[in-house]
Amino acid sequence: MMLRTMNSVLALAGGLLVSTAAWSAGPSGALLAGTCAGCHGTNGASVGPASPTIAGMTVDTFTESMKGFQKKAGDEGYRPATIMDRIAKGYTDDEIKAMAEYFAKQKFVRVQQPAVDAAKAKEGKKLHDDYCEKCHTDEGRKDEDGSSVLAGQWLQYLQFTAEDFHSGAREMPKKMKSRIEAMGREAGADGLDKVMHFYASQK
Amino acid sequence: MSNITRRDFVKLTAGATAVGMVGFPFIARGAGKKVVVIGGGAGGTIAAKYIRLADPSVEVTLVEQNPDYYTCFLSNEVLTGERTLDSLKFGYKNLASNHGIKVVPKEAIGIDPGAKKVSLAGGEKLSYDKLIVSPGVELKFDAIAGYSDKVIDKIPHAWKAGPQTTLLRKQLESVKDGGVIVISAPADPYRCPPGPYERASLMAHYLKTHNKSKCKIIIMDAKEKFSKQGLFQEGWTAMYGFGTPNSMIEWRPASAEGKVTKVDAATMTVTAGELDSVTKADLINIIPPQMAGKIAQVSGLTDDKGWCPVNKATFESTKAKDVYVIGDACSAAEMPKSAYAANSQAKVCAAAVVASLKGEEPPVPTYVNTCYSILGEDWGISVAGVYRLEGDIIKSVPNSGGISPAKAPAAMRKREVAYAHSWFKNIVHDMFD
Repeated sequence: MMLRTMNSVLALAGGLLVSTAAWSAGPSGALLAGTCAGCHGTNGASVGPASPTIAGMTVDTFTESMKGFQKKAGDEGYRPATIMDRIAKGYTDDEIKAMAEYFAKQKFVRVQQPAVDAAKAKEGKKLHDDYCEKCHTDEGRKDEDGSSVLAGQWLQYLQFTAEDFHSGAREMPKKMKSRIEAMGREAGADGLDKVMHFYASQK
Repeated sequence: MSNITRRDFVKLTAGATAVGMVGFPFIARGAGKKVVVIGGGAGGTIAAKYIRLADPSVEVTLVEQNPDYYTCFLSNEVLTGERTLDSLKFGYKNLASNHGIKVVPKEAIGIDPGAKKVSLAGGEKLSYDKLIVSPGVELKFDAIAGYSDKVIDKIPHAWKAGPQTTLLRKQLESVKDGGVIVISAPADPYRCPPGPYERASLMAHYLKTHNKSKCKIIIMDAKEKFSKQGLFQEGWTAMYGFGTPNSMIEWRPASAEGKVTKVDAATMTVTAGELDSVTKADLINIIPPQMAGKIAQVSGLTDDKGWCPVNKATFESTKAKDVYVIGDACSAAEMPKSAYAANSQAKVCAAAVVASLKGEEPPVPTYVNTCYSILGEDWGISVAGVYRLEGDIIKSVPNSGGISPAKAPAAMRKREVAYAHSWFKNIVHDMFD
């Protein structure tokens, strides 16, 4: 009798399938993304100068970043970090995918950055046009082929990234490396910093 | 089939009911439901806001007696003069205007889980479908003889930010070169495990940069080890002479007469250890042992240790149905009692509450903790954790998380200060905007 009741309940119970499937699928993108907000802002729109906004990143860029943080120094695609290496290692590929899809749908919020120097940004604009525009299209607004969204990104974060590229801690794509070297020859060592001021100044 | 236990059966049928309701649009499942949140701190604000973000049809009332909130996190920077107390102050206006949360500036004094009502000071009662309790901690003043809320104007705890923080800052400023400072650190668990050690570090930083390098800060500890210990000691060695006779910081574990048993405000002495060693000090900072906030204690939500046991997938109390406890007040091992942990738990809880109000099963939880400590100029360290639910334990995911590397380059320590400050901006924005 009991067994029959159970069987009929289970036969009706799409619920069983749904809940089991939900559990094996892991946490939702929204819940996973919520764990990032304490450092990267509500829905990935950062209001702090060192933590980048991650809203609006493409799925590919987000995934590549997280996978890069999981890698060891020397591995291809390795991303140096202070804390993200420790955090990224806590997530599975499926979880990273769910987060990536969530953040890709969020709006990149641009705010006025007091640290931006207008004169540097103006010079940076010219350098951007000459050396960066081909990959960082639309003033760095488009995230294509892992270029990430640079327009309106936080200056301090962009400067940390530039430092890492400069020091070799983070490997540059080949084309970028030759462009930045050429820019250095024309504009001097602080050329890259000026470009960062330009991106950070974008509304 | 025969392996299905009675409990599984109940779970299965519950799931079936939930799904069965899909397709009956005349049943407005979440609409008009009432959630009351007690406590407008790191947990309560987030639970209130994220419920509204997930389901704007749910009516959310936040009960918080204080008009303003002072963050405990980064309050040690007030001691050095690095930041003002005002920079830690936040209000509830935007939660009301941006998210439609009703803020009630009253004290919650009782919970009746049977009638599903919260009593407020003044006699008013609020009905709820779901109640989230995020009261933070209550200090156990009776744990150390001679310490009580009557002497905190002379011997501050400064473990709740506000006037106590300002008082400790003033006392630190008035310490003369060569003065002795005692910080009493409690046994685990307590709010902000690295906090006492960050406090000692930043006090030393202040003294060192104000020609008072002959001062000594003695941390008297009720335990044998502490959070990020190796990293703290590395920083102290580099900046404050730790390990030398002239060290500005001395740490006494419980086994070296560290556990404070008595304090005397009149003579400014601290008694510690089994031998009742007495130390005279110019400044005494007692960080007392703690328990869940008062409302949790008086409502029967706590266990014999004074913390609130919960179902870790939802944070529903195991003591009262439809009552949830998050943040410092709940037992959520292996997560520490930190603001970030409270934030993370609040989001899991909010999602579970929203699901339950719709008759759905709770979603799969995921949790993170991130906590920075600042030890001195350009010297930041951190601990991070990513957690999953395994059985009834919030388990750290293997090979992830942990502390900043030892002997890291100066540039990395400096960056961690920048990230700590960015963390602050983002977490308070997540809470209050």
